[in-house]
Amino acid sequence: MKYVDEYRSRELVDKLCNTLHRITTDPVRVMEVCGTHTMSIFRHGLRDMLPDKVQLISGPGCPVCVTPSGVIDGFIELASRPEVTVTTFGDMIRVPGARGSLAEARAAGAKVEIVYSPMDALVLAKERPYRLVVFLSVGFETTTPTIAATVLEAERQGIDNFFIFPANKVMPPPLDALMQDPELQVDGLLCPGHVSIISGSDSFQFLVDKYGLACAVAGFEPTDILRAIVSLVRQIQGKRPTIENCYGRVVTRKGNVKARGLVEKIFTPVDCRWRGLGVIEKSGLGLRKAYEHFDATKRLNITPVESAEPKGCRCGEILKGICGPRDCPLFGRRCTPGSPVGPCMVSSEGTCAAWHRYGGLV
Amino acid sequence: MCLAIPMQVVEIKGSGDSLLNPIIAVVNADGMKKEIRLDLVDRMPEIGEYLIIHAGFAINCLDTENAEKSLQLLREIANDIEEEPGGKFT
Amino acid sequence: MDKYILLDHGSGGLVSQNLIGSLFLKYLKNPVLNQLEDAAVLPPEHGQLAFSTDSYVVDPIFFPGGNIGELAVNGTINDLAMRGARPICLSLGLILEEGFAVEELEEIIKSIANACDYAGVPVVTGDTKVVPKGKADKVFINTSGIGIVEVDINVTARQARSGDIILLSGTLADHGITILTSRASLQVDGNLKSDTRPLHFLVKKIMAEAPGAVHTMRDPTRGGLGTTLSEIAKSTNLCMEIDEQAIPMHGEVRAACELMGLDPLYLANEGKCLVITAPEEAEAILAAMCSVSEGVDSCIIGKVTKKYPGRVVLTTTSGGHRLVEPLSGEPLPRIC
Repeated sequence: MKYVDEYRSRELVDKLCNTLHRITTDPVRVMEVCGTHTMSIFRHGLRDMLPDKVQLISGPGCPVCVTPSGVIDGFIELASRPEVTVTTFGDMIRVPGARGSLAEARAAGAKVEIVYSPMDALVLAKERPYRLVVFLSVGFETTTPTIAATVLEAERQGIDNFFIFPANKVMPPPLDALMQDPELQVDGLLCPGHVSIISGSDSFQFLVDKYGLACAVAGFEPTDILRAIVSLVRQIQGKRPTIENCYGRVVTRKGNVKARGLVEKIFTPVDCRWRGLGVIEKSGLGLRKAYEHFDATKRLNITPVESAEPKGCRCGEILKGICGPRDCPLFGRRCTPGSPVGPCMVSSEGTCAAWHRYGGLV
Repeated sequence: MCLAIPMQVVEIKGSGDSLLNPIIAVVNADGMKKEIRLDLVDRMPEIGEYLIIHAGFAINCLDTENAEKSLQLLREIANDIEEEPGGKFT
Repeated sequence: MDKYILLDHGSGGLVSQNLIGSLFLKYLKNPVLNQLEDAAVLPPEHGQLAFSTDSYVVDPIFFPGGNIGELAVNGTINDLAMRGARPICLSLGLILEEGFAVEELEEIIKSIANACDYAGVPVVTGDTKVVPKGKADKVFINTSGIGIVEVDINVTARQARSGDIILLSGTLADHGITILTSRASLQVDGNLKSDTRPLHFLVKKIMAEAPGAVHTMRDPTRGGLGTTLSEIAKSTNLCMEIDEQAIPMHGEVRAACELMGLDPLYLANEGKCLVITAPEEAEAILAAMCSVSEGVDSCIIGKVTKKYPGRVVLTTTSGGHRLVEPLSGEPLPRIC
């Protein structure tokens, strides 16, 4: 695949690793914010190629992982209504709430359909006018515009049996909150490349200004990630933190203004709970008044409940990068990808799932 | 958190002149084709251009010139040629 | 003939007999089946008996590259072949949903007959049941098969030894990605098609080349190559080291996997065979595999070592290493 394969080149990866080994003199702690980075690092086996002095900490950038169990319970309550067909990205299917997962709800008779695109959910609603079709709206800056465009399309076409369950989140507030945590020791951030397509690399500038963090916007292929780590090591060791865009083939400073416009048209920032991190001010998105009729929770009267995090689970600390999966007493024992307890095990890009699946060599 | 891949535009469908006839691009990667929506890109892509595809939408066009340059830069870093952070291709 | 399957078709009475005559015997006829006795009695054979069974519930029942019928024939033939057996006959059990279109059933039976003819393995006994609408999904098929294994042949997962070479008979993940993308909401275009095909001719060729050198054969169906290799690693307590770059894949399959975040190592194959062989015969066996049409894309993908006992280790395209764990749940498309 063009613009993919050349960035996976064994030769180039090897050489970049050599460069990284040569230039790294001090210990550096880098947080990869995005779960897709975590996945890619494991999938390509990059972790054990890095110098020992470069420590990678997985951040809160997995929308599935950070969706609180009360919201999952809301999804399940909705799915259990006989008149409702729930549509979702495949990622959400196995995520456990306090009342089980969507997979279990489906086994008990709920109508749950997996879609690749929110637009597929709209097509389904159009084909089945007698059903109430609800899309479980999760995701960060990258995904939210696709949902906004779908809601606008539903409005244009006058499809009145399509709804969303709004649970979208934005990245800057939790990063801001994390960096204020004195327990968290991070020197640099591997900034999420696909979020940055929408938000622009400038959206992370505040982390440089406010916290003196080194930042590098990174793509998802092995050489993209290594190049960004090289940038971070140079910034950190040279004590010149800045934001370097290492994913210039798709990311600009200002981002995708049109996509953000669509999001702003229908969504408005709301305070929002993150699994493991608690409530963070203006870190979520709710539907604006004018689009409230698309809100499944309002139309179908779903009241979100606060449910407790599972006992013994250290996902909160893992999401903050304070401890690693192996420090959790449940990891690999009560909590496995086949029967996940905590959010980090649930999604295949979750820190614990990635460690469980790929990490045994480290 | 966001899986997205580059795919090449092979066809533009629909005229966009009515609400029910949206403009759609057929994109291709190694023979695998998919119809995707163009609602989120700020300009009409040309045939042969690469788009970044996420959840059935193009979220941006790929800057091929930058891609060539950044690949060159990658090779330079790989061959250990010093380059300032925030340097020439940001 | 009726247009739809009725409960009467499974009653055992005249309507059932009509279906047997007009459909099953019409396409599947052979001297043993034609007798319509309660059991097939087969002529004596010399050797060890191999016996296998599998059920098929694939959705959709018709997919690019095949349908549930030929899949059921090839699947059981392949299970027998993986033990070094020469398949000699099959049973065919059908569970039909009331209201299933007879036209579609005929198409499936026709394709079963074609697959049996091609493979040279007849259906010698069968059974049909009809369940009320909604109690099954269109059609479920069970096939069992008997094969003959030469007395001195012993091909099992436990035979793999350190130093052995791992070969794969062709491209990965074709069937799995085809089935997944045939759902309406996950559709992609392109030349994706199932690889369903019988492997016993390929196996015959391999066994003729170097019978004692073949230690293990497996067809990586559900769970994919990753899970199959994990099973072999566990049962031998050896390490399976494979190279991602060496694993052949169709471009469109790989692209579809990238688009939907699927790992091709866990997607099903229905016409591929994993062969583990003594290193000195590996090249000869590879040449034998490549000499038949179902094995033209065969290649060496790795070796058996003692490095990480009981584990599968993949050298990635970019030169890193990672563990390959067995599949932990149905592969699902993801956007994350």
